[in-house]
Amino acid sequence: MTVVSLHPAPAAFDQRRTAQALLLLAALLTVGRNVLPEQLVRLPEAMVIPFAHWINAVFAFLRDDLGLMTLTRTFSDVVEFCLDVTANLLYGKARWPRVGPIPWVVIAATAATVGHALGGRRLSVLAGGTFVWIALMGQWQWAMETLSVIVVAAPFSVLLGLALGTLAWRFRAAEQILNPLLNIAQSLPHFAYMIPVVVFIGVGPKAGAIVTIIFSVPPMIRLTLLGLRSVPPEIIESGKMSGATRWQLMTRVRLPAARTELLIGVNQVIMQSLAMVVLASFIGMPGLGQKLLQLLQALKIGLSFEIGLTIVLLAILLDRMSKAWAHRQPVHHATDASWLKRHPHLAAWIVLTVFGFVLSALHPYFTEVERKQALSLAGPIDAGVDALLTVIAPVAEWLRWFLITWVLIPLRDAFLWLPTSAVLVFVAAIGWRVGGRRSALVCLSFAMPIALSGWWDRAMITVYMVTVSVVLAILIGVPLGLIAAAKPKRAERMLLLCDTMQTFPSFIYLIPVIMLFGVNDVAVIAAVVVFATVPILRYTIEGLRGVPPELVEAAEMSGASRGQMLRHVKLPLAVPTLLVGANQSIMFSLFMVIIAAFIGTQDLGQEMQRALSAADVGKGLVLGFAVAFIGLLADHILLTWSRDRVALLSSRSS
Amino acid sequence: MSDQDSVISCHNLWKVFGPGRMPELTPTTTTEDLRASGHIAAVRNVSLSIKRGEMLVVMGLSGSGKSTLVRCFARLLDATSGAVMVEGRDIGAMTEPELIDLRRRKMGMVFQSFGLLPHRTALENVAFPLEMRGQDRSSRIARATEMLSLVGLNGREGYFPRELSGGQQQRVGIARSLAVEPDIWFLDEPFSALDPLIRREMQDEFLRLKAMVAKTIVFITHDFDEAIRLADRIAIMKDGAVEQCDTPERIVMAPATGYVAKFTSAIDRARVVRAGALARPSRGQSVDGAALPAQATLHEIARQVVSDPRPHLPVTAADGGFLGLMDRAEALDIILGPAA
Ligand SMILES: Nc1ncnc2c1ncn2[C@@H]1O[C@H](COP(=O)(O)OP(=O)(O)OP(=O)(O)O)[C@@H](O)[C@H]1O
Ligand SMILES: [Mg+2]
Repeated sequence: MTVVSLHPAPAAFDQRRTAQALLLLAALLTVGRNVLPEQLVRLPEAMVIPFAHWINAVFAFLRDDLGLMTLTRTFSDVVEFCLDVTANLLYGKARWPRVGPIPWVVIAATAATVGHALGGRRLSVLAGGTFVWIALMGQWQWAMETLSVIVVAAPFSVLLGLALGTLAWRFRAAEQILNPLLNIAQSLPHFAYMIPVVVFIGVGPKAGAIVTIIFSVPPMIRLTLLGLRSVPPEIIESGKMSGATRWQLMTRVRLPAARTELLIGVNQVIMQSLAMVVLASFIGMPGLGQKLLQLLQALKIGLSFEIGLTIVLLAILLDRMSKAWAHRQPVHHATDASWLKRHPHLAAWIVLTVFGFVLSALHPYFTEVERKQALSLAGPIDAGVDALLTVIAPVAEWLRWFLITWVLIPLRDAFLWLPTSAVLVFVAAIGWRVGGRRSALVCLSFAMPIALSGWWDRAMITVYMVTVSVVLAILIGVPLGLIAAAKPKRAERMLLLCDTMQTFPSFIYLIPVIMLFGVNDVAVIAAVVVFATVPILRYTIEGLRGVPPELVEAAEMSGASRGQMLRHVKLPLAVPTLLVGANQSIMFSLFMVIIAAFIGTQDLGQEMQRALSAADVGKGLVLGFAVAFIGLLADHILLTWSRDRVALLSSRSS
Repeated sequence: MSDQDSVISCHNLWKVFGPGRMPELTPTTTTEDLRASGHIAAVRNVSLSIKRGEMLVVMGLSGSGKSTLVRCFARLLDATSGAVMVEGRDIGAMTEPELIDLRRRKMGMVFQSFGLLPHRTALENVAFPLEMRGQDRSSRIARATEMLSLVGLNGREGYFPRELSGGQQQRVGIARSLAVEPDIWFLDEPFSALDPLIRREMQDEFLRLKAMVAKTIVFITHDFDEAIRLADRIAIMKDGAVEQCDTPERIVMAPATGYVAKFTSAIDRARVVRAGALARPSRGQSVDGAALPAQATLHEIARQVVSDPRPHLPVTAADGGFLGLMDRAEALDIILGPAA
C-alpha cells in the first residue's frame, strides 16, 4: 500500500464535494418548502406528459392497424389447444383427447418415481406425499388447474428463452437490444404484464398461461446466454475438428455442454411460472391462486392456510426436482446389465401405474376424492388461530395502532410533503456520490419520468412503504444473520431455510399477516417485511462466511475481541455482499407492495389494480414503468456502491 | 523441398491476439512493438514445410505459441497474416463446406486438455466424428470399439468422461482423433497425463502406427526423450517464433542460436547422435573387424564403443555398405561427456 492511496484520489474528492453541494441544495429546498414557488413543490399539471395516451395509441395501432391481433390470436390458439390437452389429462375437461382424467393415484405414483429417479428417497417421499396431500384434502381440481397451466407455459418459455438467448449469443446487436429490455422486464411488477395480455387476449386460463409464459422468459434468456458462453473452447474446437457443421455444433456440442446452466434456467422458469400462475387469479385464472384469493378476501384463515400449504409444498417440490435434474450427472451402466437394471425407474413406474389404474377401477375414491370425502384441517386451525388471537390480540391491536399513528402515517405525510425538486436533487446527489456525473444522470433519468408521468404522489407512497419495510427488514435480518453466522451448522440450516422461503410465491406471505393483523396497511408492511428479510438474512450470512479465514486469523492474532472482530474486520468486508442483499430486498419489497395492494393501500399498486380491472394498457404500463424505475434506481445506486467497495477492498489488500 | 510434396506449409505466418488495430506486420516487427499497442504475438513470422509422412515435433516453453501454431494449421484460428497451405490449397481461402469436408476426411486432433464432450460416453465420444460425417450407427460403434481397445480402454466404453482418470480421458481423445483414419494428425501434448509405463506403450504403438500408414504428424511435447524417440524433425519455438527447425541430431550438434543451445543443454547427446553422423570418409585407411550400424544411437552402441580398443571404428549403412570411420575418442566424448 502506498502513501498516496491513503488520501482520496482527486476524482473521488471532487465527487464527494459535488455530492455534498447537491445534498445541501436538497436540504435547502426542503427547509424552504413553504416559500418555494409552486412549480418546485409539485410539477405543474401542464407539464405532465401524457405517456398513457401515447402507449394506448401505439397499442391501438398494433392491434387494429398492424393486425397484431391475428398473430396473438394464432399464438393463443396454439396455447389454448395445449391447455385443453393438459386440462383433459389432469382434471378431465370434456375435450380432446378425451382420455382423462388420470386417476390421482397414478399421478402421485408418477411424481414419486420421478422424484426417486432425480433425488433418491427423500425427494420421492416429498413428491408422492405432496400429491397424496392434495388429493386427500380435496384440492385436486384446483391444483391440477394450476399445474396444467405450468405444464404448458414452462416449455413455451423455455423454448422462447432458448431461441432469444441463442440470438443474443450469436449477434452482438441482439444482445445489446435485449440486455436493457431484460433489465426492465425483470423489474416490472407482475401486474404490468397482465394488463396488455388482458387487452389482447382477455381473461381466463388462456390469458393466465400467456402472461405466465411472457413473465418467465427473461431468466431463461439470461442463462442460455451464460451457458453458451461458458462452454470450454476446447470442447467446441474438438467438435469443429470432428467436422461438425454449425447446426451440428449447436445441437450436439454447445447446447448439451451447456446443460447445467440451461437446466438452472428451466428451474427458474418453473419457479417464475408458479409465482405468476398463482397471481394470474387476478385475471380470472382458476386454480389454487383464485381459491386462495377468494378465501383470503372472505377471511377464511383455516382454509386459506390449507391452500397455502399446498402451494408451498408444490413450490418446494418443483424447485427441488428441477434443481436435482440440473445437477444430475450421467453415470454409466455395466455393459452386460439387463434392461431392468438399466431402467429400474421406468420398470417401477410401469408397475406402479398399472397398479394405480387397477385401484382406481376398483374404487372411485382412487380416481378422485370427492369434496365431502376430503379431509380438512380448517376447523382445528381456525380454532387454534382464534385462541392465539385472543391471547395476542391486545398486543397486535396496540402494535397496529402504534405503527399507524406514530410511524406510518407521519412518515407517509413526510414523504408526501417533500417537494419534488428536493427529491430529484437528493437522488442526483446520491448518484453523484456513488458514481460521479454519469451515475447522477442515470439516476435522474429514472426519477424524472416518474415526476413527469403525474403519478408522483402515488410513487412516493410506494417509496415510503418500501423504505419502512426495508429498514425494518435490515433491523431484523442483519442481527439474525449475525447470530446465524456464528456457528457454521446453524448458518447452513438458516441458508437452507432462506432458500426454501425464496421459492414460495409472494402471495403466500399474506396469509399469516392477514391472520394476525387483518386487512390494512400494517398487514401489508408486515408481509413485505417478512418477504424482504429473507434476502437480507441470506446475504448477511453469506457475506460473513465469505470473509477470508486468513484475515480472521490475523485479527485473532492481533488480539481482537469478538466485538472488535465483527466491527473492524468481518462487517466491513461483508458490506459489498450486504449491499447486494439490500438491493434484492428492495426489489422484493417493491413487488410485494404492489401485490399487496388488493388488501388496501393507496400507492401505485392500487392504481395498477384499477388499470387492470379497466384493462387500461397505457395507465397500467406507465405505472409499471414507474415501479420498475424505482427499482432500477435503487439497483443502480446499490450495485455501483457495492462494486466500488469491492474494488476498494481488493486494491487495499494488494 | 518444394511446396508440391509438402502436406502442410506456412509462409510468414503471424497470429496476433488483442483488440483493435494492430501495427503493420513485417519480418522485423518485434514483440515489444506489438505489446506497446496491447497485442500479443502468439505466432511470429513462422515459415515451415512438412512433408508427407513426416513427423514434426514442436517444442518450446509454456506460452511460446505451440498450440496456437497448430490451431492455425487446422484453421481453428484464422491467421492474422501469412498463409497456411494444406495439400497445396490455401486453408484460409477455403469455404466452410470445404473446410468441414477436409476435417471430416483428412484431419485428426488430440487436444491438450482433451476436449471431450461431457454428456457422451467414451464410446460415443470416439464415434462422434463418424457420426458427424453421417456414418451408420452399427459401423461407427464397431469402429469406435476397435479404437478404444487400441488405446487399452476396453471395458470402459460406457463410462462418461467425468468417470475417467486424466490419462484415460486423454486416451479417449487419442482414440477419437484416430477414428476417421486421418492423413494429417495434430497432437497437442497427447501423452502428458499418462504414467511412464503407459506413455512408453503409447509411444511404441504410435511408432508402429506411423510405420504402417503414412500419416503426416505435428506433435507438441515438453518431453525431450519423447521428441527424440519420435521426431523426424524438431521445431523449437520461443516467444512465437521458430528458432530452429531441424533433425534432432542437428538441433543438439549444431544449434542455430544460443537459445536452442541452452534449451538442449540438458539432453544426453548419446541418445540423439547416431553412429552415421560421426562416420568420416576413410581416406584409404581400412579397418577390419566388427562394424557399427549407422542408425544406432551412440547410447545403443555405448558398450561396444567403450570396450573396443581401436581408435577408429567402421560404420556400415543400412544396406550393409561401408559408410566410413568413426573417431572413437569423439564418440567417447559424447557418451561420457568431454574429459574434464
Ligand atoms: N485466445 C487467446 N486470446 C489471447 N491470447 C491468447 C489466446 N490463446 C493464446 N494466447 C496467448 O498466446 C500465447 C501462446 O499461447 P499457446 O497456447 O500457443 O502456448 P503454448 O506454447 O501452447 O503453451 P503450453 O505449453 O502452456 O500449452 C500465450 O502468451 C497466450 O497467452
Ligand atoms: Mg499449449
